[in-house]
Amino acid sequence: MITAGIDAGAKTIKAVILRDGELVGRSMVPAGFDTREAAERAYNQALADSGLAREEVKALIATGAGRKEISFASDTVTEVGADARGVAGLFPSARTVIDVGAEEGRAIRMDESGKVLDFAVNEKCAAGAGAFTEAMARALEVPLEELGEFSLKSTKAVPMNAQCTVFAESEVVTLVHAKTPKADIARAVHDAIADRVTSTVRRVGITEDVALIGGLARNVGFVRSLEEDLKLKLLIPSDPEFTGAFGAALIALDTKRV
Amino acid sequence: MLANYGFKDGTGEFFITIDSGKCNACGDCVPACPEGVLAVGEDVNDPMRDEQVAFVVERQRRKIKFTCNVCKPSSGYDIAGLPCVKACPTSAIVHSW
Amino acid sequence: MAEEFWRWTESRWTSPEVDWKDAKIITAGVDVGSVSSQAVVMCDGELYCYASMRTGSDSPDSSRNVMNWALQETGLELAKIKYVIGTGYGRVNVPFASRAITEIACHARGANFMYGNSVRTVLDMGGQDCKAIRCDDKGKVVQFLMNDKCAAGTGRGMEVFADLLNVPINKIGELSLDVPEEPPPVSSTCVVFAKSEASALLRQGWPKNKVVAAYCSAMANRVVTLLERIGVEKDFAITGGIAKNIGIVKRIADKLGIKPLKCDIDTQIAGAIGGALFGKALIEKGKA
Repeated sequence: MITAGIDAGAKTIKAVILRDGELVGRSMVPAGFDTREAAERAYNQALADSGLAREEVKALIATGAGRKEISFASDTVTEVGADARGVAGLFPSARTVIDVGAEEGRAIRMDESGKVLDFAVNEKCAAGAGAFTEAMARALEVPLEELGEFSLKSTKAVPMNAQCTVFAESEVVTLVHAKTPKADIARAVHDAIADRVTSTVRRVGITEDVALIGGLARNVGFVRSLEEDLKLKLLIPSDPEFTGAFGAALIALDTKRV
Repeated sequence: MLANYGFKDGTGEFFITIDSGKCNACGDCVPACPEGVLAVGEDVNDPMRDEQVAFVVERQRRKIKFTCNVCKPSSGYDIAGLPCVKACPTSAIVHSW
Repeated sequence: MAEEFWRWTESRWTSPEVDWKDAKIITAGVDVGSVSSQAVVMCDGELYCYASMRTGSDSPDSSRNVMNWALQETGLELAKIKYVIGTGYGRVNVPFASRAITEIACHARGANFMYGNSVRTVLDMGGQDCKAIRCDDKGKVVQFLMNDKCAAGTGRGMEVFADLLNVPINKIGELSLDVPEEPPPVSSTCVVFAKSEASALLRQGWPKNKVVAAYCSAMANRVVTLLERIGVEKDFAITGGIAKNIGIVKRIADKLGIKPLKCDIDTQIAGAIGGALFGKALIEKGKA
C-alpha cells in the first residue's frame, strides 16, 4: 500500500512517500509565496524520488500551517496529530514530543499507541522558534547552518536578557561590540530558546522518552542546551524536519487499513 | 494601585496584577512561588508611599508566561488554586491567564 | 548604518518668564530613555528649561550631556539644583541624581502638569516599551501596565518598519494617512513576522504608504487593547515620541473614540518633568 504525507510549514514544504509504512521517497522545497504550487513541486519530486506514479498513491494527507491550501490531498490532520503519529512510528518508547520549527514550537504528551493526551503550542512569537536563531545568526554574522556547531566552542555562559527577537538582535550587537566571544553569544542564544521550549514542555509534563523533531533538531547547539535544561538525552530522528509529513503519511495508511 | 506586571505578545496577554491597596506586605506570597517571581519592597511606582508592597521581580516580568508554566499545566489547573494566589491573605494577586 | 534617518530632532528651550535667581526650590528630572534623553529644570514647580537629545552608548555620559545642554547659557549650575531625580530606562545610571523614580510614576505626574489635572489616562510609547497609566487628579498612579518584553507597539517596532521601507521615522505618520482608504491591518503582532508580511505585500505591488498604513493600524490596535486592559477614562493624553506620529495618534483616537489632549510642551519631556516635580514634593515632605 502506497501512501503519502505533505507537511506545509512556514518556511519549507516536506513531502514523503511510504510503501507499507516504509519511507521510499521524500522531498523538501522552500514554501515561497504560493503554498499550493510549492506543495505540488515537493510532491512530484518525492514521487520521482520513489520511482512511483501519482496514481499508485492510495491516500495523501496534508498537515502543517498551510495544509488547507493543499486541495489535492485526500484529507488533512493537525500538526499535533501528525507529529505524534510520526514519532510513535519512529520511536515506540517516546511519550513526549517536542517540535520546534521555523515559526512555531509545540510540546505533545502521548500514550504508548501514539494517542495525544495533552499538548501546548507556542506560536505567533518568533522568540520561541527557529526564526529566533535565524535572526541571531544574522546579527552574529555566522551562517545559520553553522551556528549550532559554532556555539559548542563556547567556554563561558553569558546571560541574555531580551525575550523578544527584535530586542535580542540589539543585545547581540551590543555584546559583539563589548568584545564578548561570538561562540559564547551563540551559546546564550541557544540557551535562551531552550529555556522557553523547556517551559512549554513543562506545561504538558515531561515523560520519558522525549523526542525532538522539527528543523531546529538539526542544530547541535540547541540540542545541547535543551538536553542540559531538561537533564535527559533526547531521541532525534535522522531527518527531524520530515517527521510531520511522515506522520501524516502513516495516518493515511492507518485510515486505509481500517 | 493596580500594578500589572507582564506583557502582551503575539501569543497572548500575560499579566500578574498586584493591588497595592489590598497588599499588606506580609510577604507570604514570596516563599509560596516555586520560581521566585515575587518580592516585597519599596513601592517604586509611588514615591510618596511609606508602606512596602509586593511586586513581580524585574528579571521575571518579561517571561512570566514561561516561568509560571510550572504552576500551570496545559490542562487541569485552576487560577484560584495557584500557590501565589492562595497564599495571599488579602486576595491582592490576580493572574490574567 | 549608512544614514540615521529614524531619530527625532534634538531641541532645547528656556522659559522667557522664569528666572532661576528668584527661585526658592530648584529641582531637576533626567529621563534617560533607550533612544533619547531629556533633562528638565523646574523653579518652584514651574518649567524653567529643558533639553532633549539622543541617548549615547553610555547612560552616565548621556545624562551629563543632556543636563549640561539644558543648563547651557542659563548661568545656572548643577550644584545649585537642590534635588535631581533620575527616571527612564537608564534611571539608575544618572551619577548626579539623588534618587531614581520609575517612569510610570514620573509620566503620570508629568502629564498631570502638562495637560492639566483632568488627565486620567496616559499612554506613553517609548523607544523600547509601551506604558498605559491611569491616574488621579494629583497625578498619582491608580493603575498601570508596562510592556517592555515585546517590540510590537514600541518605537523600536516602528524603526524596523522605517528601516525596511526606507522612510524617515518622522514622515511615517503623514505617509500612513496618505491612503485613499484604510487597508486591513498587518495580521502578525510579532515584529519579525509582521516584517515578513510587509515584505510580501510590497512584492505583491502594494505602495509603501499602504504598507505603512497597514502597520500603523496594527500598532494602534495593539495599543488600544493594552489601554482597554486598564480601562480608558477621559481625559486622555499621549506622551513620548509616538505622540508626534500623527498616523498612530489619529488611529488610536479613532479606535477609542476619544481625542487625546493637545499640549504646547514637547511630549517627550513628560517623564523628566514628573521627576523634577517629585523632587520638589519629596523636599516638601521632608523625604528628600
